[in-house]
Amino acid sequence: MTMTFLRKSESMAARILRGLLSSPKATIAAVICLILVFSAIFAPLIAPQNPYDLNEIDFFDAKLPPMSEGYSGMTYILGTDGQGRDMFSAMLYGLRTSLAVGVTSGLLAMLVGTALGLIAAYRGGFLDSFIMRFVDLMLGFPTILVALMVLVVFGQGVGKVILALVFVQWAYFARAVRATALVESGKEYAEAARCLGIPAWRIMGGHILPNCLPPLIVIGTIQVASAIAAEATLSFLGIGLPITQPSLGLLISNGYQVMLAGLYWMSVYPGLLLLVLVFSVNIVGDRLREILNPRLAQ
Amino acid sequence: MTVFILRRVLQAILVLFITSLVVFLGVYAIGDPLEILLPADASMAERAQVAASLHLDDPLPLQYLNFITSALQGDFGRSFVYNRPALDVIFERLPATLELVTTSLILSLILGIPLGLIAGVKPGSVTDESIMTGSILGFSLPNFWQGMMLIMIFAVWLGWLPSTGRGQTGDILGIRTSYATWDGFIHLLLPATNLALAQIALVIRLTRTGVQETMPLDFVKYARARGISERRILFVHVLKTILIPIVTVLGIEFGSLIAFAVVTETIFAWPGVGKLIIDSINMLDRPIVVAYILVIVAMFIVINLIVDVLYSLLDPRIRSRAS
Repeated sequence: MTMTFLRKSESMAARILRGLLSSPKATIAAVICLILVFSAIFAPLIAPQNPYDLNEIDFFDAKLPPMSEGYSGMTYILGTDGQGRDMFSAMLYGLRTSLAVGVTSGLLAMLVGTALGLIAAYRGGFLDSFIMRFVDLMLGFPTILVALMVLVVFGQGVGKVILALVFVQWAYFARAVRATALVESGKEYAEAARCLGIPAWRIMGGHILPNCLPPLIVIGTIQVASAIAAEATLSFLGIGLPITQPSLGLLISNGYQVMLAGLYWMSVYPGLLLLVLVFSVNIVGDRLREILNPRLAQ
Repeated sequence: MTVFILRRVLQAILVLFITSLVVFLGVYAIGDPLEILLPADASMAERAQVAASLHLDDPLPLQYLNFITSALQGDFGRSFVYNRPALDVIFERLPATLELVTTSLILSLILGIPLGLIAGVKPGSVTDESIMTGSILGFSLPNFWQGMMLIMIFAVWLGWLPSTGRGQTGDILGIRTSYATWDGFIHLLLPATNLALAQIALVIRLTRTGVQETMPLDFVKYARARGISERRILFVHVLKTILIPIVTVLGIEFGSLIAFAVVTETIFAWPGVGKLIIDSINMLDRPIVVAYILVIVAMFIVINLIVDVLYSLLDPRIRSRAS
């Protein structure tokens, strides 16, 4: 059983890779995603300065336009912000926060959604209709309203934002997993496993779950993109991350205060980075959908 | 049929009740409005007096009971900040939001349908590829940043359009609207575009799928055989058949646009309910926050209820599946 699972996932990885490489657009997007993830992980090594170490910031360098040389002789390629922080460094650190929040909440939502979707498919009956009613309800409400409600109820902070995003997103996973699991549990291999007397929870987890992976990968990719965008929006509105955890959204929000005064670089560049990030993840997700399941396209 | 509608209505009421409970409890927990309303050096006696006058010193279940009975009568309490009934403040601001949302919906139909038709008629072509990539861009562009760029390009650099506020309003048939004056109209353009962009992307996708599904059908072949021009087939015959699902989806989207107006209104300082809710969250204006969420959730539930009932009237299969 383990062998077939491994072989299958291997061939799926190969299929994904081949499919991505066959589309130039998706290849470029995937490479950009990789570069961004690496620069986020290694931000402290790449960034010219640590933007949150007060010793490294020179207040006399505040509000410098891009490519200008600072007091200490350092060239700020993307300018500085109101406190004299190097924008490029601040953006790398912001990217780190944005990606961390987006990926964490995407994965948690996947975990919760998959578990509930499997339970709904496997238990059926009252539990199934209860969970699915809840899913319908969640999907019926716009993301921003649900996130707003969660943040109003639980207050603000990194954990609360992740909670809000998970709350918004789990339903997508639950719906997809339940639908796939229902189809899969009608197939012969599932029936064979049942005949062998394997307990239902093991059939669900060990046999059916691996076959739910394709839709999970597609939705997971797209939901990470939407989580990053949602976090940025909430932070921009001032109800997301606290000022001590500056994500890209918060950087944009800070830059917005001075944008009308012509200091465009403080909001334009972080915004462009956010756009490139969300856009390339979405392109990759779109391509994955075509590769893994043509019928999933709506 | 009656049973179906009754079930749906009961469900809707249950959802509203649970929402009211959750939101009331949550909002009760977020902070102490006295901190904001009173000066820092207020004495304990003053605090107690204000707390009593706002009924903040009652036990929690009693506060909820009071809240829900008066809420059912349309009374959500007085706003701490405006010192007026919360519902009045919201209904006063709602027309501005509705105007913004309606304009965005119209914009997304005017721009989205032609683009979707063009993309769908030749799938895989360069035109199709670029329109579809554009629509992914429309989904990906963070709404707030795209709004800021609109302001920067059209208001700061080009100076063509005003960036903030609602401008002058006038009366058309007794409704105060921005359409009545030129000043109001140009104030509406940027925020409406900002809100519409994701909808345009959505309409493009829906139209494109619709065209692809409709083109191979017999009536299109017949129209071709009759010698009707391709253009007329696409823009009249095909469009007519795919318009209904598009309009239905947009009907459902109406509610989510009202919610997303929060972002647009914050950027463009549009005096609608969206800006009101963000301000109220920051100022801990509890009655407004609670009233806003319940009003929007109620609107949502009603819209979904209407769509459900209309669908079950049109398609009896849904009815039997649900019951």
